[in-house]
Order: sequence, then C-alpha cells, then structure tokens
Amino acid sequence: MIVMSNIIKSLYNIRMLDELAEKRTFIHNIHPLIKVLTTCVYLTVTVSFDKYELSGLLPLIFYPVVMITLAEIPMIPILKRMLVVIPLIIGIGIFNPLFDHKPMVVLPWIQISGGWISFFSIMFKGGFTILAALILIATTGMTRIASALRMIRVPRLFVLQLLLTYRYISVLMEEAGRTWNAYMLRAPGQKSVNPKAWGPLAGQMLMRTYDRAQRVYQAMGLRGFNGEYNPGDVKKVTVKDILYFTCWAAFFAVSRYFNLPALIGEVVTGVMK
Amino acid sequence: MSHHIVDFIDIYFTYPDGKQAVNGITCRINHGESVGIVGANGAGKSSLLMLLTGILLPAKGEIRVGETPVTKKTLSVIRQKIGFSFQDPDDQLFMTTVYDDVAFGPRNYGIDEPEVKKRVMKALETVGAVHLKDRAPYKLSGGEKRAAAIAAVLSLEPDILVMDEPTAALDPKARRRLMNLLKGFLHTKIIATHDLDMVLEICERTIVLKEGRVVCDGLSPEILNDEELLEQCGLEKPLALQNCPVCGSGKLYGSLLEGTGK
Repeated sequence: MIVMSNIIKSLYNIRMLDELAEKRTFIHNIHPLIKVLTTCVYLTVTVSFDKYELSGLLPLIFYPVVMITLAEIPMIPILKRMLVVIPLIIGIGIFNPLFDHKPMVVLPWIQISGGWISFFSIMFKGGFTILAALILIATTGMTRIASALRMIRVPRLFVLQLLLTYRYISVLMEEAGRTWNAYMLRAPGQKSVNPKAWGPLAGQMLMRTYDRAQRVYQAMGLRGFNGEYNPGDVKKVTVKDILYFTCWAAFFAVSRYFNLPALIGEVVTGVMK
Repeated sequence: MSHHIVDFIDIYFTYPDGKQAVNGITCRINHGESVGIVGANGAGKSSLLMLLTGILLPAKGEIRVGETPVTKKTLSVIRQKIGFSFQDPDDQLFMTTVYDDVAFGPRNYGIDEPEVKKRVMKALETVGAVHLKDRAPYKLSGGEKRAAAIAAVLSLEPDILVMDEPTAALDPKARRRLMNLLKGFLHTKIIATHDLDMVLEICERTIVLKEGRVVCDGLSPEILNDEELLEQCGLEKPLALQNCPVCGSGKLYGSLLEGTGK
C-alpha cells in the first residue's frame, strides 16, 4: 500500500504546481510571455558556461532564490521534485572525475581535479535549469505557458502536444492509482505487483488511459476546441514587465561576462590589504 | 422553431470491434421536449448521444439538428447548439479552476472576455456554484463536479441539453438538487439514464431502447408503468410506481396514471 499512496501523492504533487500557479503575487502577475523569455535567457546563459567555469556559475542561483521568495513558492516540494531528476544528472556527470584527473585547483592541503569541477558544473547547471523550469510552471501555469509559446509563433502542433501530454500525465496517474488499488485489494500480503501481472496490468492501464484521454479530448472538442488554446485573460505587456525582463537580462549578462565571485573576492581582499 | 428539432433518420452504427450499437433508429425530438432515453446496459443509449453530438458518425442514416445534418463539416455549428454533459464529470473538467473550465467553451468560440465573464457567472449562478469558481475541479465533491460540468455546458448557451447518466454517483440530496435544476431548464432535454424515477419526474416522453433499436416511444407515465415492456428490456418499474414494499399499497405516482388506463 505504500507505493499506492505514492502514486496518489505524486498526483497531488503534480496538481500542486497548477495550484501554485493560481496565486497572485508580483511574480505571478508578470506577463507569461516575459516569464517564458526570461527563463529561456536564464537557461541559455546557464548552459553556455564552460565546463570548468564553476565559480562563474554560482551567482545564477540568485535567480531561483529571488523567484521562490517573491512568488511565495514553498521550498521543500520544489526541491523534492528536483531530487527526482538528480540521479539522471549524476549519471551524466559521474564519469568525469574518473577520466579527467588534470589538477585544476591546487591548495596546500588538497588538489581538485578537472573531473570533479566539471562534475559539479554539470550538477549546478542541471539543478539550475530544472529549478528554473519548475519555477516557471509554478508561477505561470501550463496553459498560460502554452499561450505564451503561441505568441512567439511556436507551431500549434507542438504547443498542443505539450498541453495534452501534461494533461495526460495526471490522467495516467489517476488510472495507475486506481489499478494499483484494485490490484492490492485482491493481493493481500504482496508488497508490490507480481512480475507475472506486469504485462496485463500495463496493457490495461494503457488502454484505459487511452480511452480516458480520448474522452477528455472529446469533451474539449464538444466545447469548440480546435487545437488553439485560448486563455481568455490575455494581458498586454506593460512597462513593469519590460523592466522585469531588462533587470534579469542585465543580471544574467553581467554574470556571464564577469566572474562575480572572483570580482567580489578581489574587492574584499583588496580592501583587507 | 424547426431549428431545435432533432431528427434521427434510420441510424446505424457499428463499433470497429464489430459490436452493432445502433440498428436503425428513427425518431424525432421536438423543440422544448424533455425526453428520457432508457434501456439496459449496452442498449445503445450512450452511442446514440455520441452520434447526436458528432463524436461518432453513423454508418448509415442521417441525423439532423434543425435544418443542419450532423456531418464532419457541420460539427462546429452543431456543437454550439448542443450542450453534452458526460457520464463522468471528471472527463469534462480539465482546467485548473472551475471558472476557467466553464469559460473554456465560450473562449473557444471567440467570445470577448467581458461577455465570457457574464456567461460564466450566469451559468454558475444557475447551477448554484458561484462559490466554487476559484476551486480546482478535482477537489470538488461528486455533486459539485456535476454542477460545474453542467455550468460548463450551459455557458455555451445551447438550445439542446444532452446528458448521459446525470444522476449517476450522486448522493440523494445532490440528485434532488440536480433534478430541481433540470426541471427549471426550458431547453430541449435529452437524458440517457437508468434512473427511471428521475425520468418519471422530469421527462414527459420516454424512448426505450433494446439492442440498438427503439422498442417503445411514448409518454413516460405510460411506458414506465408497463411492467411487461420494462421486463423485456432489462428494466424495472420506477420505485415511485411500485407499491409500498411494507404494506403493499399506495403508489406514490398513482395520480399521474389516472386517465392513462394503466
């Protein structure tokens, strides 16, 4: 029953992002298009750093921290979601320390190889980009993100795919939760699904979610949905939005072209001298 | 008022797995009529409603809503006239708030936002769900979900209200509220259901289906009191027309039957 509750819990977790997106903070009120663009710039800047430029990357943490604080997003659930992807990032970077032994940082008591630096660089880049994406969803909502993507002329088919996939995740999880309940209620003493039942169970779930997704799509079609999602309350981009974008873009540019931690270090040590 | 007449003209439909769901149904539903479509499981009720809304298209025959035949090309027009409420309201509620869900239809038809707002609030008021407008649909109770789903349909201001099992999974109070609500609608109503007591109260006309065919079409009190017919079609007399199980006397709806000869 533990796993069952996990499936249901995950469902509530997914929906929690949608609920967070309905808040009305300063960040939530920024135009969706501006938030999408800011996130794109942030992602581009983050991944553009060289694999050994770990210290230059650090100031970029300022963005998620500020966003989480201003948008009143609870930290723990967001970090938990990040943990799901962390193993993947570790998987990508874990071989760097094994193959790259070139010493990069030499201190009297320790030598750090290039492999470890690039490993942490990958970890930070991965963490920052996931965080930025989660923050975007939690402050904007998938439907408004979709309409923003349409504004920048992303093809309708891709946007539709994104929206329906997002919707399908919760449909799939609801069905998975139900199937799991039904199985567990008739399989007392089992901690998980017997491998013999995996096939039929997965097949059943696929068919049921397909049917369900079909009905959801039909319900959309019956109310005039023709592939173009209309969010209704489309606001105009205001001076406040442009200012928001400019400030962040300037910060990202400064972080990219100047190694802020090194500069601050020099200033501090200069003052101390 | 011919534009609200629904005509089924010799309709046939077979599912891809070979199941013949509809086998030559012909009937006409007039403007403002309230019609109950009843029948055992698999009798073709839901298929008929899906054919009417163009979710399925008939293999043979024609369906007309007013002057417009239901075809792929006319779906947009047809669907503006018909509001279809699904058996499971969860299928219908897919937005993050009830308000957005109710506004989904009107926005798709390009109605401007102030008018959308007016329609949404009016629809929510009609079903008594204004207080739910900012709630997430999946957090509502069964009755609230049903009300929200009906509001989502009403916001399109349809001429014809089509419902598949509207009282399924509702508690008695929610069922009663829904029935009172439906009684107040002046739309043409087509309701597929197993809840024969509801049909007796709301629908003046009943169409009985069996194996994809119309077995009987007539006044609800007459049909629903015909024990033999109902038995043949896998149905049972509504409770309101059955004698008291304790003392064996006193039909609740006896007065309805006066003059019908039953």
